[in-house]
Amino acid sequence: MEDQRFVLRGEGICRDFGPVRVLFGVDFALRAGEVHALVGENGAGKSTLMKILGGYQPPTEGRLVLDGQPVAFASSAEAEAAGIVLIHQEFNLAEQLTVEANIFLGREIGGGFLDLKAMRARTRALLAELETDIAPDMLVSDLSVPQKQMVEIAKALVRDARVLMMDEPTAVLTAREAEVLFRQIHRLRDAGVAILYTSHKLDEVKAIADQVTVLRDGREVVTAPAASMSADAMAEHMVGRDVSDLFPPKPPLGEGPPVLEVEHLSVPGRVADASFTLRRGEILGFAGLVGAGRTELMEGVVGLRRATGTIRINGRPERIRSLRDARRHGLAYLTEDRKGAGLLLEQPMRTNLTLLGLSRFAGGVLIDEAAEQRALDKAIKDFDIRAPNRAVRVGNLSGGNQQKLLLAKTMLVEPGIVIIDEPTRGIDIGTKQQIYGFIEGLARAGKSVIVVSSEMAEVIGLCHRVVVMKAGRIVGELEGEAISEQAIVRHAMGLEARAA
Amino acid sequence: MSSMAGEARSARRAGFNLHVWGPVLALVLLVLLGIALNPNFLTYNNITNVLARSSFIGIIAIGATFVITAGGLDLSVGSMAAVIAGVMIIVMNALIPSLGIGWGVVLVGMAVGLLAGGVAGVGNGVMITRGRIEAFIVTLGTMGIFRSLVTFFANGGTLSLNFQVADVYRPVYYDGFLGVPWPIIVFVLAAVGGEIVMRRTAFGRYCAAIGSNEQVARYSSINVDRVRLMTYILQGVLVGVAVLLYVPRLGSASATTGVLWELEAIAAVIIGGTTLKGGFGRVWGTVVGVVILGLIGNILNLQSFISPYLNGAFQGVIIILAVLLQRSRRT
Repeated sequence: MEDQRFVLRGEGICRDFGPVRVLFGVDFALRAGEVHALVGENGAGKSTLMKILGGYQPPTEGRLVLDGQPVAFASSAEAEAAGIVLIHQEFNLAEQLTVEANIFLGREIGGGFLDLKAMRARTRALLAELETDIAPDMLVSDLSVPQKQMVEIAKALVRDARVLMMDEPTAVLTAREAEVLFRQIHRLRDAGVAILYTSHKLDEVKAIADQVTVLRDGREVVTAPAASMSADAMAEHMVGRDVSDLFPPKPPLGEGPPVLEVEHLSVPGRVADASFTLRRGEILGFAGLVGAGRTELMEGVVGLRRATGTIRINGRPERIRSLRDARRHGLAYLTEDRKGAGLLLEQPMRTNLTLLGLSRFAGGVLIDEAAEQRALDKAIKDFDIRAPNRAVRVGNLSGGNQQKLLLAKTMLVEPGIVIIDEPTRGIDIGTKQQIYGFIEGLARAGKSVIVVSSEMAEVIGLCHRVVVMKAGRIVGELEGEAISEQAIVRHAMGLEARAA
Repeated sequence: MSSMAGEARSARRAGFNLHVWGPVLALVLLVLLGIALNPNFLTYNNITNVLARSSFIGIIAIGATFVITAGGLDLSVGSMAAVIAGVMIIVMNALIPSLGIGWGVVLVGMAVGLLAGGVAGVGNGVMITRGRIEAFIVTLGTMGIFRSLVTFFANGGTLSLNFQVADVYRPVYYDGFLGVPWPIIVFVLAAVGGEIVMRRTAFGRYCAAIGSNEQVARYSSINVDRVRLMTYILQGVLVGVAVLLYVPRLGSASATTGVLWELEAIAAVIIGGTTLKGGFGRVWGTVVGVVILGLIGNILNLQSFISPYLNGAFQGVIIILAVLLQRSRRT
């Protein structure tokens, strides 16, 4: 007979986009009072499966079963009415409304006139439950990313969610904020909510999930209790091969004068008095908590932000007041915000690839489109970019392929110094491995690379030297054997006085 | 080259794209309708007349295509045209004593028209880029300022060009080359040039990039402010070009010169398939849009079933349909 604890099941779910099938007969079940993690590489079909469960898209084949009854949701609103709520990776909040108005959007209390008092009280209670200090009357546009996440969760709670699905909720959270989120997830689970959750952070999955389902290329590879599977095993199921050598061997680092010297650089309100150097062929890591000022420091160095201080390139002091100045001196910056600042999502790969280095293709007056095509051919080959066709909008590529394209775009101007901000955020483990290989290759080719990353393993596995920032200041520097997770954390949390 | 063919092929595989061919289809239907309704429709006189009259809006709309593609808007072009016409007439009349009647005065007048357009464009552009004020607000403001200035210059009445100078100047509107009136020739040249600039130069690419996502443009080391400013200057100069073809037509300027030209220009741009919020523009589409708007008025005048006073209503319907078509592409 039917297991009473199954709230929502998908049976033989298939989904086609045009001629392309992305889900192949996936069986999937969520139980009340259980945290179920869905893992897989980008493009494995996680988001599609979630959207089908959440009523955003109908399955092409197969059916959904809710409380033992087959259902077909015509819209996400119908699914929500049935208590199934999906929190997207990109939030669905009205930025110009208050927290309270957002939480009750479409479910306002009161008839003709709104019962503001009741809504205010309920909001306050919810936010207190979620252990945040967000005020109900704050504008969503003034909130930080983790705060917005909390508002999304509060919104789901008001809707009496029985099934709560979260698409990579921790991608934008610091470790501490994630802790708070996990406590809430466990609290909801204990209250009988079925929770579906995706993440690229497998340790985290291991720690908080009860069940794990691994998807690969649109097929369910395995579903098992989280306790029975190690993070390595999950990764192997995801990729279908051994991933123990995620990081390439560090390239040898010769002695030599620094190619980049930054002295007493300050970005008003963000970074104070930062100094560091970078040598030829070196991979230098910047670690720290989110908000420590790493991105702001780098944007100050490349002229995207107003900054004071001295920058020397190959020993010569240079004034860098715009990205154009930086490029002229062989300095390139690869943004952490791939979709917001990196790529034009509506445009094809070719125009995206050449946007930064367009002057190279417009020597006369007209752009040499044939040369652009050749550059794209080369980029696709060199960076292993996988796209269904050349005309595809970049927004339709997977995150990993977008990141590769962004890397290709940046490298097209042949910089000697590359600053890469969060090189692998939100991309799958197979592509990560490739990108680490590219970075190592750049260093081996004599370029100098700065890697800003919130992923500890990344800076440890990749970098010759690691600079740690905290609250806008450089608080420590680790080299060679001294680079360890513990040492970085101690610096980042301010537990260690600056060495030397 | 093979991959370029591949790109084209995959686009074609998507089938008949209404978004791309919709405006052309509408134009063909209008022409067929015109032929069916009145045998005079396809005559040389009628066609050149429609096109010559459309070329003012057309030249302005080509500028507007760049402004809108880069995520901007210029509401001031109609009033700008009026004030430029006024300034040209005042300058030419004032120079008659020193330069005499002849092409010298006319050429100086034309140069003043182009210069005035450029200056007005710089004004709009600087306020928008340096002043960081919404384009809508800035050009709404200058629209009022320009309109009021021309009324002031004309003292509430009409500024008229000296008759003898007007006689010298007349051929610029009424004559042509190989039977094609000059305004049409200039319009075609501007359209071809505009299409090439939009499609094949870094400037065109940057306009689309800025309109699509300003942040991405900034992080791609594009000088966003300068490109934006350039679009407004280009718009101003093209308004100047349109005006120096327009002045010989009537030889006068008044408070009602160029009224609602800005809306016709924007409408033509939108009908042509350029995205109103920026990021994608095509000049040939704008040309089709301008001709569609011109033909609607013409066809209404050539038939007797529907009042020509409904011209605006038909244009409105076409604009709304065009935007509907644009939207259906997304889904």
